[in-house]
Amino acid sequence: MANVRTIVLRAAGINCDDETKYAFELAGSAAEKVHINQLVRGELRLGDYQILALPGGFSYGDDIASGRLLANELKNKLGDQLAGFVQQGGLVIGICNGFQVLVKAGLLPALSEEESQQVTLTYNESGKFEDRWVYLRVPPAGKCVFLTGVERLYLPVAHGEGRFVPGEVGVLSRLWQNGQMVLQYANPAGEIDGYPWNPNGSTDSIAGICDPTGRVFGLMPHPERFLHYTNHPRWTREKLPLEGDGLRIFRNAVDYARNL
Amino acid sequence: MAHRIEVGIKGAAGLQRDAANLGITGVESIHVVDVYRLEGSLSDSDLDRIGRDLLADPITQSYVCNRSLVADEPGLHVVEVAYNPGVMDPVEQSTMKGIADLGIRTVTAVRTAKKYLVRGSLSRQELGMICDRLLANPVVQHIVGEGGEPAAPGSRFAFEPVTVDLLEASDEELMFTSARGQLSLNLEETQAIQSYFRQIGRNPTDVELEVIAQTWSEHCVHKTFKGLIDYDGTVIDNLLKATVMRVTRELNKSWCVSVFVDNAGVIEFDDDYDVCFKVETHNRPSALNPEGGAATGIGGVIRDPLGTGLGAQPMWNTDVFCVGPLELPHEELPAGVLHPKRILVGIHAGVRDYGNPMGLPTVNGAILVDKRYLGNPLVFCGNGGLIPKGKSRKGRVKPGDLVALVGGRTGRDGIHGATFSSAELDEKSQQVSGSAVQIGNPIQEKRVLDAQLQARDKGLYRAVTDYGAGGISCAVGEMGEHCGATVHLERVPLKYAGLSPREIAISESQERMGFGVPKETVAAFLDTFRREDVEATIIGEFTSTGRFRIEYQGQVVADLDMDFLFDGIPQLVRKAHWESPTFPEPDFPEPEDLGPALHAILRSWNVCSKEHFVRQYDHEVRGGSVLKPLVGTENDGPGDAAIVRLRLGSNKGVIIACGLNPKYGCIDPYWMAASAIDEALRQVVAVGGNLERVALLDNFCWGNTSKPDRLAGLVRASLACYDIAKVYETPFISGKDSLNNEFTYAGETIAIPGTLLISALAVMEDVTKAVSMDAKEAGNQIYVVGETFDELGGSHYYDLKSFVGNKVPKVAPAKGKALMERLSRATAQGLVRACHDLSEGGLGVAAAEMAFAGGLGLRLWLDQVPLGEPVSRGDAILFSESNTRFLVEVAPEHCEAFEKTLEGLPAARIGELTAEPAFEVFGAGRREGERVVSTDIYDLKASWQAPFKDW
Repeated sequence: MANVRTIVLRAAGINCDDETKYAFELAGSAAEKVHINQLVRGELRLGDYQILALPGGFSYGDDIASGRLLANELKNKLGDQLAGFVQQGGLVIGICNGFQVLVKAGLLPALSEEESQQVTLTYNESGKFEDRWVYLRVPPAGKCVFLTGVERLYLPVAHGEGRFVPGEVGVLSRLWQNGQMVLQYANPAGEIDGYPWNPNGSTDSIAGICDPTGRVFGLMPHPERFLHYTNHPRWTREKLPLEGDGLRIFRNAVDYARNL
Repeated sequence: MAHRIEVGIKGAAGLQRDAANLGITGVESIHVVDVYRLEGSLSDSDLDRIGRDLLADPITQSYVCNRSLVADEPGLHVVEVAYNPGVMDPVEQSTMKGIADLGIRTVTAVRTAKKYLVRGSLSRQELGMICDRLLANPVVQHIVGEGGEPAAPGSRFAFEPVTVDLLEASDEELMFTSARGQLSLNLEETQAIQSYFRQIGRNPTDVELEVIAQTWSEHCVHKTFKGLIDYDGTVIDNLLKATVMRVTRELNKSWCVSVFVDNAGVIEFDDDYDVCFKVETHNRPSALNPEGGAATGIGGVIRDPLGTGLGAQPMWNTDVFCVGPLELPHEELPAGVLHPKRILVGIHAGVRDYGNPMGLPTVNGAILVDKRYLGNPLVFCGNGGLIPKGKSRKGRVKPGDLVALVGGRTGRDGIHGATFSSAELDEKSQQVSGSAVQIGNPIQEKRVLDAQLQARDKGLYRAVTDYGAGGISCAVGEMGEHCGATVHLERVPLKYAGLSPREIAISESQERMGFGVPKETVAAFLDTFRREDVEATIIGEFTSTGRFRIEYQGQVVADLDMDFLFDGIPQLVRKAHWESPTFPEPDFPEPEDLGPALHAILRSWNVCSKEHFVRQYDHEVRGGSVLKPLVGTENDGPGDAAIVRLRLGSNKGVIIACGLNPKYGCIDPYWMAASAIDEALRQVVAVGGNLERVALLDNFCWGNTSKPDRLAGLVRASLACYDIAKVYETPFISGKDSLNNEFTYAGETIAIPGTLLISALAVMEDVTKAVSMDAKEAGNQIYVVGETFDELGGSHYYDLKSFVGNKVPKVAPAKGKALMERLSRATAQGLVRACHDLSEGGLGVAAAEMAFAGGLGLRLWLDQVPLGEPVSRGDAILFSESNTRFLVEVAPEHCEAFEKTLEGLPAARIGELTAEPAFEVFGAGRREGERVVSTDIYDLKASWQAPFKDW
């Protein structure tokens, strides 16, 4: 079996890099924190890795709009390298701010060839940044390799700009048809519901989407914050398995990459 | 050439609500447009690209270039608010980067503004009120005049040396010099300065006076605590050493690594790491500019661990806010004071919008409301960090090492923060002290942090400290105190031209760290920062002259003996006189039904749910969260203390808790301090910790201690710190004081209640043994551990009836320690299912919280509660706030073992959990067996959640 190598991308204001790196290590990958300047300067090449993780945080302060500046930087300075990485079968995961970056760079949902932004993640309907745990369900037709075998998850969100809004008419139905809508907020019974179960007012309660290949995945919840049962908000009162739900996503990625 | 792009439009329902709170009902809506002003020559297509590809979201926003996004219409009032010159909005820098990333290089500057679109029929006066109270804070912002441009930053500066005529000055002139320069020096101090300069035969320069004033400020040297105090005939030489530091010295714990000598206190964590903790206050800046003041408060305290030893990785934040009455009618607001609600919303936003981007979980805190905080709100911000062993002790520079300045640029912001924070406020403070207010840039600090830890691990520097209060003048002086230092101010990177050397020397611009770097590693040092886009500059060198020398463009602007600077301050001599106050002893019949009082206490600002605030903090980033601030079936019950894993692969962690109760201080600050310590320790024990390795921090916020009664209160609180912590064997490792918190309005002075915040840091061997406060299972038994006394003085129950009373809760630390140790043992044995500490609102509140957090009913019998003295009334048993008490849930099969573990100590089974949601309390004394509370947990929870629900 090949060793899987993961880049955990850093940039000014990215702040979930340590725990994201730890999650990939737990899942069996070698993981390195790499500053975007190192890639821009050509000191390291994406092609030497199998997985690229864009962790959560406030890249460049989320000034102007969340993820916007890092998205432009990726597109303008690393666009070709990134496209090649995905084409050759590489996996990309964007968590929270990383998801915002992928969306604003046009890498998600990537419905067309040209890299334009087709959906957005904007201010929560509540008008507030909120940290709360959410129930998630995986629609059956989803094609995301990170979610193989996963039906339900319980994870925390922590964001102020997570409301999924599609652009032009037709985008929504195409995403559903393509199996790119892969993660939805739900109530404890697994049904679509309103606030606070849908914590930000996302259209169709969307919490995560993937690209047409299923290998580029973005989600607002934080799987790296639920790796151990003691991360669960009610672990002192409920019997829980040792491993947290979030770890399944990282294991899926590493297992998939290992068999490339 | 200036261009302008407008992007919009966002709704601002919160502002509309706030306008209604001001009594202005005519507002139909408020919307916001983001305005970007770009300097430089731009083609129309480049300008459009900036709007399209950078500034506006293509899905949800629209933009226009060089015109207005909205047309004039009747009933539309447009107000544009921009930052004042010298106040830098971080977005400006980011926008510059974004434009450069688009390949457009011709933009030379960006200024941002917000355009508010207020619709409705409003009088000119009402609109003015909305502008003043809600939209613009004149301390940092101004309203852009019609068609006008935002004011431009400063101009060129032509240097001329300035000396101050001190040699021949009379006492009166000395004091005038101090006041004119906002130096906050007293007469003895100015005399000491005069005699130093007489000795060396010349007048001081303006820079020298500033350097001395900053170094000698209350903020930097704690002169009151270190002074000579005559406390009703007892002479105390250095209160700090005689009390708080004495505990630590006498306990002499081997696990204390670095105490009271660095920016934060350090204790041992595990075989590889130590852990440090510091809590600071940022009261006065927050009174004037709540968002900026609190943001720079948390930003500043994060730099304390970064500047401790050779630098810690910051791991968690804490915050405690004390504010005036939130429901105060606007017409009762004194001039020069912001409304408490605006202050609370603002300081919370400040901590949130700095702490969240820094990637640090805000895990613990409190909010207190008292009318005496009206003019002086208190903002406590804490940060703890993890340091590799061997890097925990303060570094020591060597002569020949270079002085490096890393991080943000220097501007006029924060000038006189150190001296200003040592003065009283009045209604004019907003105008004269504007320059002391700063706004923060968390991402700048995050960049510094990331790069600094790399430089640390490569061993590229010998010492580090933060440029905090007093700026370069304090930080470089401190690092070079034992040898000498020379600084060249013209090398300091500036935000804008026009700063004088005096301003550069004392600026408190944020996000700057100072380093002592050996010559051999300086290239690698500078490179480490540059690789991550952090500015790093060598601004001087450490010398062996024993002098602090400051030069500007080749001219000497200051040249002082380090000895004089650090040891020349005359000891303060103060009198303290204590008279025990006597309050009317409450006299009212015991109510038949205690339910309404229980609901009312749950609804009080201090007790009620703070979920609204906690949710907006990222309290789980870094992935180490074990016990969260919100617990229970619905993830919304009030956890007692936070538990955080510091290394993700290890089960070892830390418990972070805090205690404060200024209400007790009105009766006796001694018992207030004792109670605060007891409360912090109770929380540690309640979540499954023990007293084996607990370190304490003290933060004193007091009134004007030149008044003997205020000082006596401070002395009494300090004495309790010694007495109580000594017995509990919990050393203090760091602390801070903020004095002179008084506000003068219309000839009347309001002092804050003496407020002592005790923060506790405990090392927990195995975090999987943690216990939360929510009730777990019907049929389980409920115990009270600890004795209840008739101690309602300063209680919430008396507060409901507008009484203070006199029987303040006391602490018997020897008994308390035995009790806590035994309870810790029971928890370690797995006998405890839930545990909640009894504090504000006593047994009644703790029981209600435990029940509704667990979604279970509860039946309690007051006649079973262990009493420390005869207590005849049920209301006293239910609401007494006696210390060292816990409510404990035990499964029936463990009751025997639990009782055996606590044998010989005051502990008794007083109730049981039920599946039905009823909450019933049966009386004691004359009403034994009668139901005195009969309600249900959903109603109790609704009361508890009501106050901040619609914020």
